[in-house]
Amino acid sequence: MFKRRTRGEALFDIFNNFGMLIVCFLTIYPIWYVLVNAFNDGQDAMRGGIYWWPRMFSFENFSAVFQSSGIMTAMGITVAKTVVGVFIHVLFTAMVAYAFSRKGLIGGKFYILLGTITMFFGGGIIPFYLLIKDLNMLDSFLVYIIPFMFSFFDLIIFMTFFREIPDGLEEAAKIDGANDWSIFLRVVLPVSMPVIATIALFHGVFQWNDYFTGVLYINNADLQPIQTYLYKVVAQSSSNQMMAQVPGGVSKTVTSQSIKMATMVVTTAPIVFVYPFLQRYFVKGMMIGSIKG
Amino acid sequence: MPNQLHPDSDTGVGSPMEPSVRNEKKLDRQRWFRKLYGQRHLQIMALLGIAWMIVFNYIPMYGIIIAFKEFNIVKSIGEAPWVGLEHFKEFFSDDDFTTVMRNTLGISLLKLFIGFPLPIIFALFLNEIRSVRYKRTIQTISYLPHFLSWVILGGILMTWLADIGIINNILLALHVIDEPITYLAEPKYFWGIIITSDIWKELGWSAIIYLAAISSISPEMYEASTIDGAGRFQKMWYITLPSIKSTISILFILAVSGVLNSNFDQILVLRNTLNESASNVIDIFVYHTGIQNGRYSYAQAVSLFKSVIAIILLLIANKVTKKLNDTSLF
Repeated sequence: MFKRRTRGEALFDIFNNFGMLIVCFLTIYPIWYVLVNAFNDGQDAMRGGIYWWPRMFSFENFSAVFQSSGIMTAMGITVAKTVVGVFIHVLFTAMVAYAFSRKGLIGGKFYILLGTITMFFGGGIIPFYLLIKDLNMLDSFLVYIIPFMFSFFDLIIFMTFFREIPDGLEEAAKIDGANDWSIFLRVVLPVSMPVIATIALFHGVFQWNDYFTGVLYINNADLQPIQTYLYKVVAQSSSNQMMAQVPGGVSKTVTSQSIKMATMVVTTAPIVFVYPFLQRYFVKGMMIGSIKG
Repeated sequence: MPNQLHPDSDTGVGSPMEPSVRNEKKLDRQRWFRKLYGQRHLQIMALLGIAWMIVFNYIPMYGIIIAFKEFNIVKSIGEAPWVGLEHFKEFFSDDDFTTVMRNTLGISLLKLFIGFPLPIIFALFLNEIRSVRYKRTIQTISYLPHFLSWVILGGILMTWLADIGIINNILLALHVIDEPITYLAEPKYFWGIIITSDIWKELGWSAIIYLAAISSISPEMYEASTIDGAGRFQKMWYITLPSIKSTISILFILAVSGVLNSNFDQILVLRNTLNESASNVIDIFVYHTGIQNGRYSYAQAVSLFKSVIAIILLLIANKVTKKLNDTSLF
């Protein structure tokens, strides 16, 4: 780019760069605000005015969070449902996608038609709730896993990828006497890591962030994930309950507001940390999805 | 397909079959079974998926019929008595009907007219950033909020919009207002809060598809236009925008068909009894009457009404964009 720029162009660049800087600031700042308030002494934060940097730096809020049995149980549920949910979702959806992607599968076209219909029509929340109730999955950990173990949209992304795998790989395995299960597990899955990472990331974010499943199907407080816990604190303003669960030993400087901020940071941190590393996968995944969709 | 698998079905009915034909038929069937047997493992994998879809997609579809019945939780769907269009009539004469429709359409149309074009504009201007590194950094930052949950964003918003929150502090300091406002307690601010926070969360993420479409435009087009003396805005308007027209159309069809899909996760977090007159949308109404108050049949009728409108909208949008610029979903 050794072209000479006209004055108008230079002016445009300045404004454009500046505009983008503002967009970035507006995006980052609300997150930053929560962070500095979470690291500030709770009582002191009540006075307000903490915008850029903690005024009274403190770890008290976080130690209160980590000592609260309610928060820690909910965290455990979130981690468990994310790990188990992602593993089963990826494995099951990939398995079905592998079968659907084979040429000459008897009934294959009909199967895909059945799936495509589900992308445009659905029963809605009421019949789904009644179904979950009939399946005895209310107040059960399984409700986080089984209703979400399959997605036809993800199946399409998998199928697109599997069709690109050269036939030679499979044929070689077949000659060695492998059946379809071991071809799927030992040949197809290992070469499909990019698409697995994409789907795992999307589903992982869904599992981590989903609060409504916990609101709708779970009554037992020991089974609710952290997002549902936070929803109850945030939307139903029951933050006093949050304080009640903090053992008496914690110093009095922690307030319900500051502990809420700290919980929000703890809840969001894992996503923010893995996010830069997995970025290239989801951009690629969006592309595959959008071309097909 | 079935005809290829059973060519015998084409043989003339009534005419006595030649022994050779019958043999061939037998052979074909044998071949078909042998093929099925050969792919038995694949069939098991496929049928496990089909079984899941029957349970979690098709059984709920059957459940739609409770909209025409008086369903009671102690009996099964089949046993419930039919009531015809009773629930639909009740909904149309319900006092909440106008409120719910106004809120749903109001929020959705605002999202369509403001939330839909903004990512396109953002993508166009981001594309004009010269430094690749800077561009990538902006992109990374811009789609971070997409990965945060509405509960977290709701928590942030409530802190900011509280009467001692940052928004009131700024506006008071600038003397725009004289007294702090509790924004979430007043219905008139609700739509604005919903639209703004939605844009904040999804702007960068929605722009990804447009940026990808832009990156596939041939650079020669831009070079040619530079020689012709086109400026930056002219290039945007005459080259970039027309080149991503089909992407815009497809996403527009999808956006229109989702017009009644107000963002449930978002509204459930931000709604409260004080702003209810502006926050009660179809999905929230269905959740309240159905799940919380146990009026399953009535809620299902409302939900079905919504799905039917959504499908009609999808078909209309598809047809219109097809006429206008030859792109369509199907």
